[in-house]
Amino acid sequence: MLKLEKRPQPSRLWTWVTPILAVVITMLAGGALFAALGQDPVEAISTIFWQPLFGEFAFYYRPQLLIKGAPLVLIAIGLSLGFRAGIWNIGAEGQYIVGALAGAGVGLAFYPTESWVIFPLMVLAGAIGGWVWGTIPALLKLKFGTNEILVSLMLVYVAEQLLAAMALGLMKNPEGRGFPGSRNFRQYESAHNAELITGTGMHWGVVAAMIAVILAYVLLSRHILGYHIRLAGQAPKAARFAGVRSARLILFCLGTSGALAGLAGMFEVSGPAGQVSIDFNVGYGFTAIIVAFLGRLHPLGILLAGTLLALTYIGGELAQSNMGLPAAAIQLFQGMLLFFLLAVDVLTNFRVRLSRPEVA
Amino acid sequence: MTGDLLTVSGLTKAYPGVVANDAVSFVIREGEVHALLGENGAGKSTLVKMIYGLVKPDSGVMTLRGAPYAPPDPHRARTSGVAMVFQHFSLFEAMNVAENVALGMENPPPLRDLAARIRDVSETYGLPLDPHRIVGDLSAGERQRVEIIRCLLQSPRLLIMDEPTSVLTPQEVGILFQTLRKLTAEGVAILYISHKLEEIRALCDHATILRQGRNVGTCVPRDTPARAMAEMMVGSAFAAPARTDREMGAVALEVADLSVAATGQFGTSLRAVTFAVRAGEVLGIGGVAGNGQDELLAALSGEMPVAAGAVRLWGEPIGQMGPAARRVLGLLTAPEERLGHAAAPDMSLTENAILTAAAREHLMHRGFLRWGAAEAFTRRIISAFDVRTPGPSTAARALSGGNLQKFVIGREVLQRPEVLVVNQPTWGVDAAAAAAIRQALLDLAAGGAAVICISQDLDELMEISDRFGALNEGRLSEIQSTHGLSVEAVGLMMGGAHGMEVAHV
Repeated sequence: MLKLEKRPQPSRLWTWVTPILAVVITMLAGGALFAALGQDPVEAISTIFWQPLFGEFAFYYRPQLLIKGAPLVLIAIGLSLGFRAGIWNIGAEGQYIVGALAGAGVGLAFYPTESWVIFPLMVLAGAIGGWVWGTIPALLKLKFGTNEILVSLMLVYVAEQLLAAMALGLMKNPEGRGFPGSRNFRQYESAHNAELITGTGMHWGVVAAMIAVILAYVLLSRHILGYHIRLAGQAPKAARFAGVRSARLILFCLGTSGALAGLAGMFEVSGPAGQVSIDFNVGYGFTAIIVAFLGRLHPLGILLAGTLLALTYIGGELAQSNMGLPAAAIQLFQGMLLFFLLAVDVLTNFRVRLSRPEVA
Repeated sequence: MTGDLLTVSGLTKAYPGVVANDAVSFVIREGEVHALLGENGAGKSTLVKMIYGLVKPDSGVMTLRGAPYAPPDPHRARTSGVAMVFQHFSLFEAMNVAENVALGMENPPPLRDLAARIRDVSETYGLPLDPHRIVGDLSAGERQRVEIIRCLLQSPRLLIMDEPTSVLTPQEVGILFQTLRKLTAEGVAILYISHKLEEIRALCDHATILRQGRNVGTCVPRDTPARAMAEMMVGSAFAAPARTDREMGAVALEVADLSVAATGQFGTSLRAVTFAVRAGEVLGIGGVAGNGQDELLAALSGEMPVAAGAVRLWGEPIGQMGPAARRVLGLLTAPEERLGHAAAPDMSLTENAILTAAAREHLMHRGFLRWGAAEAFTRRIISAFDVRTPGPSTAARALSGGNLQKFVIGREVLQRPEVLVVNQPTWGVDAAAAAAIRQALLDLAAGGAAVICISQDLDELMEISDRFGALNEGRLSEIQSTHGLSVEAVGLMMGGAHGMEVAHV
């Protein structure tokens, strides 16, 4: 009989082994899934995890790793602050959209003026846009005690409608011959989030993600605010006793995660995506939740997890085009990853013991 | 009625890293009250859990009335005639007494019959209790009666009681003792766990003393001085707290007309609580648990903001200030609940030191934490208060209750408070450590601090406080000097009045 026994303190080793274990189990279960779909499991897994990095066309896919990883890491860092404090922002996708719209709006408003101030202003607008969208659930929670999970999630759908309205209306390219979508920022130098080093995929969003990782690390390990965030999540009553003001924490966490998601959206719309379009958002805001947990809500872990999830995005597209795997199979794959992670997580706090059923 | 009821011989139980019971042997006779004495961690709980079938011994045998006895689960123990009243009650607050009793029974009779039987038993044994009252409205003493009656309905031969008096007023203790004596007169044996030595001397016929899992001696409590028993428990002599005469200074903390609405459904509202403490004074606040102690501490710590003028520190109104601001001014507190309130379970001791000491001990600079300073402060707490732990990076939840309590009290005392409020400072702490904590509180007062000690341990309050008041249903009694205060007077102040009269047979 298997028995779980609570550890006196959480195991440090298992804290870091469980994500790796989860990835391995996901590969096995994913392989079984692909086999059930009639594909060669080994080939499928290697297409997703190996080809993008070391395959024939790696020169094309490697930069993609940064392009896809940057928004994931940027959003996940913000989410992890709230998750640590027990404040659940599920609506990063919406904050990502609104940040993109705000940033793009500022850029388009200046068209066709060329000036170096335009891009920094767009960055600022993107952050503010996301911050506003993230602060709405915070204020509603504080004023009326609403649940931030539901409100932030529902605001995603509001943001999607807003995006469609903008792409078809206000922000539509007047020279676009009636096609939906805004002007392309690639043709507007002052507002374009261009590659910083050609052929690497490195753009300002990647820089911002790196800075976010470092700042979050310093905040959580060195600053009293980070300490209060951790305290509030682990022992709310002790946090109140320590003098942590939960209202401030809620505003900070939801606001910051919103601003970072907004930044991610802004860098995406002005760079890799290039324009505001109806199908601009591809689910980074939701995948970032997986990234945050897979990275143990730790900034460095999130950096690694973001890279890994970016890999599944790229590998997934590759598997889709080369092997004809359905797109849903890849989402399933990502979902499995979170599932297995949560399942093996129990090993951090418990140890498994084999015990024979006791004879009466 | 002098036959051996339960013999325990060579009972051993080892857990990873610790031997909880090492070849423990003793005998309980029919109709006797047998005390089980020992410090925290001496193995008392493990021992009774084995007798009650909750834990299976590694080796050793028990016999019950001559027959081999090895209960695989509590159900079998109960059918063999062994019942247990736990220290922590397992009652549903929203249900009434009879419903709660029914939940613990194998084949509960219809509620109306059960209510009648509860009345019967409660009258027979002098335990006043109305079967139709909602448990949430009962005092701790009354809740305990529910548990006892639940046991008595099964007509047990052996009744195990774990620290039964820790939540009772002196009058309620009196009622309980009368009940227990009635039971023993009928031949029921009682295994009585406590560390209140005077009680054991008054009630028990024999005592078995455990230390570090071993049976280190037996005695007849009536003929043994309390001090001798304490030293057997600890294994060495220890100093009783010494009071020095001290000068009372100005009024440090003043609470005037403090009223606070109850927070939870079963919380207690504070009603017009008024008192003042002077520098150098120890004010003891007694009362049965759940009469507003937690609310009073929350109002003083700043967790629950109150009217500005209701709490004054050195004359300044601070009722609206939060905990951090009050700490900066010198008002420190230590709540009763150690894990989760006074300390964060999964955080290290160093992180838990930062919890309250960040500002006063300069453990941060412009918001940035100084981990080196925090660890040094933690080491100071560990050595000054003899906290037994591998080191400052140990998680708080890995410490035993008593050790964590020492850490929590030490953390506040070492911050040189001007006013210190503690709730149940020695709850669950062994005798030697309790004496050390009390001494630290007295030293603090001697150094010119004002100390408020909220406690349910009357002996403790009488030992250290200069003046005494009691909370009863959110009201604070008149504050009286502890000098020459009789136990009866204290009992009346605690408002033992409700449920005080013994039901008539």
